[in-house]
Amino acid sequence: MIRLIDITRTFKMGEQTVLALNQINLNITSGEYVSIMGPSGSGKSTLLNIIGLLDQPDAGRYELDGKVVTELTEVEQAQIRREKIGFVFQSFHLIPRLTAAENIELPLTLDGVPVSERKIRVQNALQAFELEQRANHRPSELSGGQRQRVAIARATIMQPSVILADEPTGNLDHKIGAEVMVLLEKLQQHGTTLIMVTHDRELGARATRQIAMRDGKIISDQTHDPV
Amino acid sequence: MTLFDTLQTSLRTVISYRIRSVLIVLAMSLGVAAVVILTALGDGARNFVINQFSSIGTNLLVVLPGRAETTGSFPGAVLGQTPRDLTLHDAQLLGRLPQVKRYAPLSIGAAELSIPNRLREVTVLGSNADLIPIRHMKLAQGSFLQHGSGRSAQIVLGAKIANEFFPRIPAIGQHIRLGDSRFLVSGILAPQGESMGFNTDEIVIIPVDYAQVLFNTTSLFRILVEAKNHGQIESTKQAILAALKQSHDGENDSTVITQDAILATFDRILEALTLAVAGIAAISLIVAGILVMNVMLVAVNQRTAEIGLLKAIGATSMDIRRLFFTEAAWLSLVGALLGFIFGQLGSLLIRIAYPQLPAWAPVWASLAAIGIALFTGIAASTLPAVKASRLNPVTALGKK
Ligand SMILES: Nc1ncnc2c1ncn2[C@@H]1O[C@H](COP(=O)(O)OP(=O)(O)OP(=O)(O)O)[C@@H](O)[C@H]1O
Ligand SMILES: [Mg+2]
Repeated sequence: MIRLIDITRTFKMGEQTVLALNQINLNITSGEYVSIMGPSGSGKSTLLNIIGLLDQPDAGRYELDGKVVTELTEVEQAQIRREKIGFVFQSFHLIPRLTAAENIELPLTLDGVPVSERKIRVQNALQAFELEQRANHRPSELSGGQRQRVAIARATIMQPSVILADEPTGNLDHKIGAEVMVLLEKLQQHGTTLIMVTHDRELGARATRQIAMRDGKIISDQTHDPV
Repeated sequence: MTLFDTLQTSLRTVISYRIRSVLIVLAMSLGVAAVVILTALGDGARNFVINQFSSIGTNLLVVLPGRAETTGSFPGAVLGQTPRDLTLHDAQLLGRLPQVKRYAPLSIGAAELSIPNRLREVTVLGSNADLIPIRHMKLAQGSFLQHGSGRSAQIVLGAKIANEFFPRIPAIGQHIRLGDSRFLVSGILAPQGESMGFNTDEIVIIPVDYAQVLFNTTSLFRILVEAKNHGQIESTKQAILAALKQSHDGENDSTVITQDAILATFDRILEALTLAVAGIAAISLIVAGILVMNVMLVAVNQRTAEIGLLKAIGATSMDIRRLFFTEAAWLSLVGALLGFIFGQLGSLLIRIAYPQLPAWAPVWASLAAIGIALFTGIAASTLPAVKASRLNPVTALGKK
């Protein structure tokens, strides 16, 4: 359960201040499938980063699962990111030195999960995302679709309640992008909240709830049955 | 993140940036090796000098005429008197002191040594039979000047002299002319080379009374005295001074040099030298530390996006700091240990090349080198580590 109340975020660019988010109010219930669309610079990524606790608002209140998270310490916020939130990025952000399996293992390592359990969970994830043949390959040896599958496996290995995807198919061709969407939607069907920023109208239309933004404000918020 | 995982993760990072890591480790290890090798050399030189002294015998006291204690000037000379000479009588007097084990008078000069078709000038020592044990000399053949045979005209030849004069026939028992007198060769010194600035291979030794006749003098150059035990050196020195004062009509005109005094001076000088050299070498460690800082700052820049990602998947600032910290620690640790091994190998090579030089690095120097390497490496990584941990994750992720 995500609850944003009067969230404002400004950036200073020299003399100018940019109002990236202008008093955003938004409730997202668990298991929802939300797409966020809007022109470039409208504040979509900033909104996603604040929901993911990567960025702090200048004003407003953010409650996650009934807890005010804007006031938490850095360490507590990191723990929430680790346990409840999974990020999927346009440019994958895999660590080039590590193999696919090791990239997927990273959140477990950060959380201090014992090695034996880590190995089992990574093995299961590799299976679930059809990456077993690629377990020991480095990102440079993987295709774009495979890289994004590794990134999704990493985002879900801690079984988060929310997945935040910022243009997850932006670097993929149409067909591969569609396959990645199917994976994300499958996760959502199993109860995970999925919030996705996209420029692609067709992809955005697949979400049950579609939010449109402009100049840091939500200009429309529609819920309808999936097509 | 557990400590074990942190150490393992950063070790993997170190290994995967192979060239960079090899260069830092090399710089670190050269610094440590320099400290180890240079202090090994310094300490080796110190021990070399100490060994030289003890080969002469640390119970040795040297008596010389005149008071030349600290200023080097003779107070007697200032007052218009010449210091009284040391005589054989003085030497015998010292021999009777209860603290004295044995003594050897020393008279020194040059004379022509000849056989029918050979002639050369040699340094002549006049002494007695106790010179051999006091100076820890060795005979190759024959016997030294016999006790109680001071009246017989015997001569002991240095190894090189014996070889020059009697290359084909045994020298022992041959007659040889020194100045105007005939001597019987009774012994040959074992080759020894330089010993405290004295090449014993090129000297000849005759009984001290013959030497005094030869040089037409009653005075002695030195009296060497061996104390009964090392703990009594100082009281022996005082007893010698008192005996000579009495024998010289109450005039304090002799000097006694103990090995300890000379040794202590050399020891201090060489220790200071070792410290200075170690200090200079330690500067290279600090340079290596700055290199670590530089390389880690570059690493933070290179891996900015990665740091952002780590934060996005739940790493705390502390996790990030520790990762960069341990990375520097690995580099420093491997560099320090490798440098220690290099240094020990280098010292070993020096010992093989110069067996008389006991080039062992002192333990304190090795520990200090490793300690400084670890400390500078880790301290130098503080700034990069803190910088990494403070990165804003959103801007970090945006970097390519
Ligand atoms: N770190 C920053 N410093 C300064 N201004 C920023 C920063 N991040 C975002 N902005 C500004 O805030 C506004 C919103 O940015 P945001 O990245 O959220 O837009 P977006 O909707 O994601 O755009 P796009 O579709 O291009 O990704 C923009 O005007 C942008 O210039
Ligand atoms: Mg964006």
